[in-house]
Amino acid sequence: MKICVTASSEGLNAPMDSRFARAPFMVIVDSETGEAETTANEAVSAGHGAGTQAAQTVSRLGAEILLTAHCGPKAFEVLAAAKVKVFGIGGGTVAEAVDAWKAGKLEEMENSDSSAGWAG
Amino acid sequence: MRVAVASGKGGTGKTTVATSLALAWGECSFLDCDVEGPNAHLLLHPEIERSAEVTVPVPRLREEDCTYCGACADFCRSHALAVVPGKWMIFDQLCHACGGCTLVCPTRAIYEVDRRIGEVRFGHAGAIRFVQGELDAGEAHPIPVIEDVLKQAGDQGDVIIDSPPGTNCSMVEVAKEADIVLLVTEPTPFGLHDLTLAVEALKAINRPAAILVNRADWGAGEVHQYAAREAIPVVLEIPHLLAVAKGYARSRPLIESAPELRQHLLDLRAALVRTIRERAA
Repeated sequence: MKICVTASSEGLNAPMDSRFARAPFMVIVDSETGEAETTANEAVSAGHGAGTQAAQTVSRLGAEILLTAHCGPKAFEVLAAAKVKVFGIGGGTVAEAVDAWKAGKLEEMENSDSSAGWAG
Repeated sequence: MRVAVASGKGGTGKTTVATSLALAWGECSFLDCDVEGPNAHLLLHPEIERSAEVTVPVPRLREEDCTYCGACADFCRSHALAVVPGKWMIFDQLCHACGGCTLVCPTRAIYEVDRRIGEVRFGHAGAIRFVQGELDAGEAHPIPVIEDVLKQAGDQGDVIIDSPPGTNCSMVEVAKEADIVLLVTEPTPFGLHDLTLAVEALKAINRPAAILVNRADWGAGEVHQYAAREAIPVVLEIPHLLAVAKGYARSRPLIESAPELRQHLLDLRAALVRTIRERAA
């Protein structure tokens, strides 16, 4: 299963970025093999609609799980439609976030937890 | 003559000046283009006779024709459209109504519907023809409302336009339709800073400007120095008058609280005409 983690740099040891759509990178981790692949988040520079754009990127990358700290309402709606489950985690590295998720320590977000344009 | 009354900084007295200019000039049109918070009616007390909705075209989907290819979402620079497997989503408030998605859809599954975003109201305040635009609460894009108000400017007589504050798209939209922009400023560091931004914006769209210093008795030296450097005339100075502040709190226009300003506001017209001519020469 593919897990997407929002990050401020590349790879498994990258620190997480607490923002979703404005995080510079998305690290996709394969939960079986542990392999990581980093994608630059194009939505970082969007004038408006960064959330909807980033959510579509997560869907396109084939992730079923998203680990991030905050997620706005429009992004959440798109993620829900794409059947991506969102789990909240505030800090640490990408690898630590994935471990925490595997250990069942993270809670699934049932709603957006921040207002539109929160990080914009 | 179309005069846009603008300011970089908010709260300098833009609406106070614009409304009393209209009252002094008498027969003219007054367009309140500050559509995110129109308030000229509080000073002009117009009778509103009718209103018209402002709408923008937004996309909708004929689901049976959609292949979820995502061409529309890829095209949409506003990211108002999202396509994920089996689902097409539109976020109306992000849509800039460009119509591009309907054009790029290979199966023509997208059509448009009109969505209300605001209102334009028409009326009179004595001899003044009054038009006001208001963006609905929660809407993000004021420009279509401003455009609808500006359509009412007409080619006859004097038109005074109360511009939105700031130096953003809304202000530029108004300024580019004006023969001259009267910049109302106040002699504070913040006022001068934002005046500079406004002047730079007007240079970029090549519109003539004139400066009115409100609360000039606070010390307008730096504003004068700046205006001289930019070769922009300072056409009027208004002191900070307690009677004006008191009247304003009771919805009384400047000209009523300080009738001695009437002649100055009348003379301002000639100064503006002169500035336009000099700029054109």
